[in-house]
Amino acid sequence: MSENHIFSKEYREIEQEGNHEIVTEHRINDDSHINQFMNAIGFTKSFKPDFHNFLKTIEDLIHRDEQREKDGFPRRIRLGRIVKPSKNTQKVVVVPTTTEPKFYHDDSVTDDEQETGGTGEGEEGEVIGESPAQPEEGEGEGQGAGQGGGEGHDIVGDAFDLGRVLTQKFRLPNLKVKGRKRSFTKYKYDLTDKNRRTGQLLDKKATLRKIIQTNILLGNLNEAGEPEPEKMILNPQDEIYRILSAEKDFESQAVVFFLRDYSGSMQGKPTEAVTSQHLLIYSWLMYQYNENVQTRFILHDQSAKEVKDFYTYHNSSVAGGTNVYPAFELVNKIIEEERLYIDNNIYVFYGTDGDDWDSDGQRALAETEKIITHANRMGITVARNTWTGGVTTVERYFEQSGLLKNKSDLIKLDAFSAAEADEARLIDGIKKLVEQKA
Amino acid sequence: MKIIDQHTKNIMEDCKIRAKDAGLRFDDESLEYIVTNQDMIELSPKGMIPTMYDYWVNDVETLKGKGQYKLYPNNPYETVINSRPAISYYNDNNPDWLNIMIFYHVIGHIDFFQNNVLFEHTWNDDFVGRALADKRHINQLRSKYGRWVDYVIEFSRAIDNLTAYFTELSIGNFPENMEPGEKLQYYFDEFLLKEAGAPISKIYSEIERYNKLVESNELVAESMFFSDIKIKHPEFESRYRRYRDIQKERHNDVMEFIRDNSPFLKRDENQWMKAVMNVVRDTSLYFAPQIRTKTINEGWASYWHDTLFRNDDRIKGHESEYAVINSKVTSISRVGYNPYAIGLRLIQYVESLAESGKLSREYQLIKNSIKRDDFNKNTGKGKSAIFDMRSNFSDFMLINTFVDQDFVDLHKLFVVGERINQQRGTIEYYVKSRKSEDYKQMLISNMYHPPFVTVDIQNTDDNKLYLKHHFEGKQLYKPYINDTLMGIEYLWFGNHSTGEVILETTDIVKRKGSDNSVSYEYKPILYIISNKKVSKRYL
Repeated sequence: MSENHIFSKEYREIEQEGNHEIVTEHRINDDSHINQFMNAIGFTKSFKPDFHNFLKTIEDLIHRDEQREKDGFPRRIRLGRIVKPSKNTQKVVVVPTTTEPKFYHDDSVTDDEQETGGTGEGEEGEVIGESPAQPEEGEGEGQGAGQGGGEGHDIVGDAFDLGRVLTQKFRLPNLKVKGRKRSFTKYKYDLTDKNRRTGQLLDKKATLRKIIQTNILLGNLNEAGEPEPEKMILNPQDEIYRILSAEKDFESQAVVFFLRDYSGSMQGKPTEAVTSQHLLIYSWLMYQYNENVQTRFILHDQSAKEVKDFYTYHNSSVAGGTNVYPAFELVNKIIEEERLYIDNNIYVFYGTDGDDWDSDGQRALAETEKIITHANRMGITVARNTWTGGVTTVERYFEQSGLLKNKSDLIKLDAFSAAEADEARLIDGIKKLVEQKA
Repeated sequence: MKIIDQHTKNIMEDCKIRAKDAGLRFDDESLEYIVTNQDMIELSPKGMIPTMYDYWVNDVETLKGKGQYKLYPNNPYETVINSRPAISYYNDNNPDWLNIMIFYHVIGHIDFFQNNVLFEHTWNDDFVGRALADKRHINQLRSKYGRWVDYVIEFSRAIDNLTAYFTELSIGNFPENMEPGEKLQYYFDEFLLKEAGAPISKIYSEIERYNKLVESNELVAESMFFSDIKIKHPEFESRYRRYRDIQKERHNDVMEFIRDNSPFLKRDENQWMKAVMNVVRDTSLYFAPQIRTKTINEGWASYWHDTLFRNDDRIKGHESEYAVINSKVTSISRVGYNPYAIGLRLIQYVESLAESGKLSREYQLIKNSIKRDDFNKNTGKGKSAIFDMRSNFSDFMLINTFVDQDFVDLHKLFVVGERINQQRGTIEYYVKSRKSEDYKQMLISNMYHPPFVTVDIQNTDDNKLYLKHHFEGKQLYKPYINDTLMGIEYLWFGNHSTGEVILETTDIVKRKGSDNSVSYEYKPILYIISNKKVSKRYL
C-alpha cells in the first residue's frame, strides 16, 4: 500500500534526526503524514472511523431477513433477550442475534459432564462448590422469564423462543414513522466511568473499600480487634469518583404507552394474556426500533399511576375496582405536559378484561377522542373473563360510540376469551392492533 | 477514536526501549488509540480491524453488544491487532503507572505476533491496509450485484474453517531437502510399518542399508535401493501407485477446492464470487494463528508485563495497586480456565526447567524423586529457552509438551467436574482428577480444532460434490449441518441446483445397557443435499 509506504519513509527520516522522544513529538504535532496514513487506512481527517457510517439499523436487518426468504434461504435473525437478574428487579434487554453455521465439533454427546480447570486444595471426588440447577424465574411472569447468558455461541435454542415467534411466525406491518433520523450529535451522559481523586460523584462503597485496603497494607487495621477509624489514614488517591462519560445517543422518535387494568377482576388469565401480549409488543418495538422508541407504562384500577419500567408494569397486581378513564386521562396529561406530540409518534396499547364501573364509558370515550388527536394508533385488547359470556362493557361502549368505524385508522379493538388465548392468538391480536391499510 | 496524547506516547516509547533491552524484538512503529466503549462494541465483531469489510452479521453482533453493555458494562484494558504498524486500543482514564503495565503487556503481544512462526504469513504486509482494499472491492461489487454479494460472503464464511492453514503455513519456509522422497517415505512410514507389519529392527536395518547406499553412491542410491525391494516385495510398486493416487485426491482445503473447481463459479458471470471467497479465505487465514495461540500469547504478554514492570523504577509507590490488578489478571481461578494464568505459569515453568537444566535427557533418566527435585545445573539458559518457545510453539505444543505431573502438582491444579445433585437440586462442582494426563486432556479438548474435512475427488464431478469428514471422536454439531451444506450447494451449483452435495460423516449413538452402563456406537452416515433439501442415509 503506497500510503503506508509514505508514512514509513517519513517516519524513518524523522528518526534519523534524533532520539525516540523527538520522534514521538513529531508524530503527534505534525499531523499531516499521520492524516495521510489515517486516510489510507480508512479514517477520516478528524480521526472519526468510518465504520460507524455503515452500521445497519435493526429495521434494515429485518428487511434483509425477509428478502432471504424470497431468495429461497432460511431466515437468520432471531430475537434474543439478555437478562440480568438481581434481588428486586430483573432487567431485560432485547437484542437481535444470529448464528453463523459451520461444521463444528459437538462434545455434548459423549461428554456426560462439563469439565473445566481448577486450582487449590481438595481431595479427588471432593465437592468444592455448587449452584442452583434451575435458574430462578421471576414471579408471576406469563411467558416465563428468559434465562441468563447471551455470551458466546447462542446455540441453545430455548432462550430465543420469543425471537423465533417474532421473526418467523409472524410479521408486523410497519408502523407509520415520522422523520426517523439517527443522531450523531446527541450524547447521553452517564456516570459510568470511574476516576480517582476527582469526579462528579463520590462512589462511597468503592472508596471505603480502597481506604480499608490501603490501611490494611499500612498495618493500621488490627484484624483481631474492633476497627479504629481514627487510626486510619485517608489517602486522596483512594477516593473513587464516578465521572460522566459521553455515549452517543439516538433521537427518540416514538413514544409508546402501555396501559393495563390491574384490578381484582383481572387476576389470572386476563392478566396473563394482556401482559404476555404487551411483552411481545414491547420486545418487538425494542427489537425493531431499538433506541428510537421511548416507552411509558401506566397501571390502573379505580385510579391510574405511572410505573417506571416494564418489569413493574408486567408484575404488579392489586385487588381494587375498575375505572378505565383515569388511565386515558393520565396519558393525555403526560402527552400535553411533556409536549410529546411535537417530536414523536405516539402509540397507545391498552389491555383490559372489559370491565368498567362507568357503564356507558362517557369519560373514557371523551379521553379516547383526545388521545387519538395525537396518537398514530391506539390498540385496545380485551381479554374476556370466562364468566363474562359475550360482549363486555368496554367493547359495548366503544362499539356504540362509532369510533371504531369512523376512526378505524387510528383506533383498533381486539377481543377474545382470555382462557383460550394461546401465543398464536396473542400474536394474531397484535397483527389486528397494528394493521395498516395498504 | 483518537491517538493517545503526547505524554502517554512518551511513556509507550520509553517502555519499548526497556522491552528491547530485555530482548524483545518488534518493529519501531506502533499506533495507540483511545477508544470509547461504543467503538469497542462496533470493532469487536470485526476482529478489531477497523477496515474490515461490512457484513450484516457484524451489525447484528454490534446491536447485541450494545444491549449487553447496558446490562453488563465492562471495559477491557487493551486490545492489540497484528497490523503493520501494530495498532492497539485503550480505554481512557488510566493513570500513568497502569499505562506502563498495560503497555508492557501490549508490547509482549506485538513481540509475539512478529516473531512466532505461526504468524509468518502475516509478516509481509499490513492486514489493515489489505482489508481496506478488500472492503472497497466488496462495496464496489455490492453496487453491482447487491445482496448476492452478502450471500456469497455468508456461504464462504460457512466453510472458512475448512482451509488448510497448516499446509499453507508449511509451504512458507519448509526446507526443500528436509523430507526424503515420497516413495521412500511411503516405504518406511506406510509400507513397512503399517502394511507389511515389519518389526522396528527390520525398519532400522533397512534405513541403515539405504544410508550406506547413499554414502557410496548418492545419485543412484534410491533406484538401487528399490530394485532390491522389488524382488522381495513384488506388490510394492502397485501399492505405492495406489497410495499416491489416494494422496493426490485427498484435497484438504475444501474452500480452495470449491473456489477453483466449482462448475458454478467457473462461469464468466460468476468470476467476481471467487474474489469474494478469497477475501473471506484470507481473513480466516489471517486470524487462524491467533485462535491457536491464545494461551501462549496471553501468557507471554503477562510474563513480560510482570517481569518488566516489577523491575521498572516507575512502579515505585504503586506496588500494591499493581499487585491487585496483576493478580486479577493472572491468578488461576479456583474453578474455570484462565488462559492468562495457565499461559504465564507454563512459561515460568519452562524457564525454570531450562534454567536448572531439566530440559535434558540426563534429567529425564533420573527416577529418584529427591534427586529430581535437587537437580540444578544453573545453565543460565532459561530466558533463551522461552524465547525459542515463543518463536516456535502454539497452544497445543505448549500444553502437550509441558503440562506434566510436576506442573500440575506445583500449582495444585485439577480437573473440575460438574454433576447434578438430584436431592439438593443443585449442580455440584467437584475435584474430578489431579492427574496430569486428565488435566492436559481437558485443556486440549477445549482448544480450537475445526473438523477435518476433505474432498473425495474420485466421487466428485460437475453434478456431485463429495465431502468426507474424518472422524476424530466427535460428531459434527447437527443443527448447523443442513445450513452449511446449503451454502456449499450454492457455491457448487448456484441457487437452482440440479446435482447433489454429499457429506460423509459419523453419528454417535448413545446406548444405555440394562445395567445402566452407557456405550456409544459410531455410525457412518451420509447427508445429501439436493435443491436445498437434505436427506440422510446410514452407510
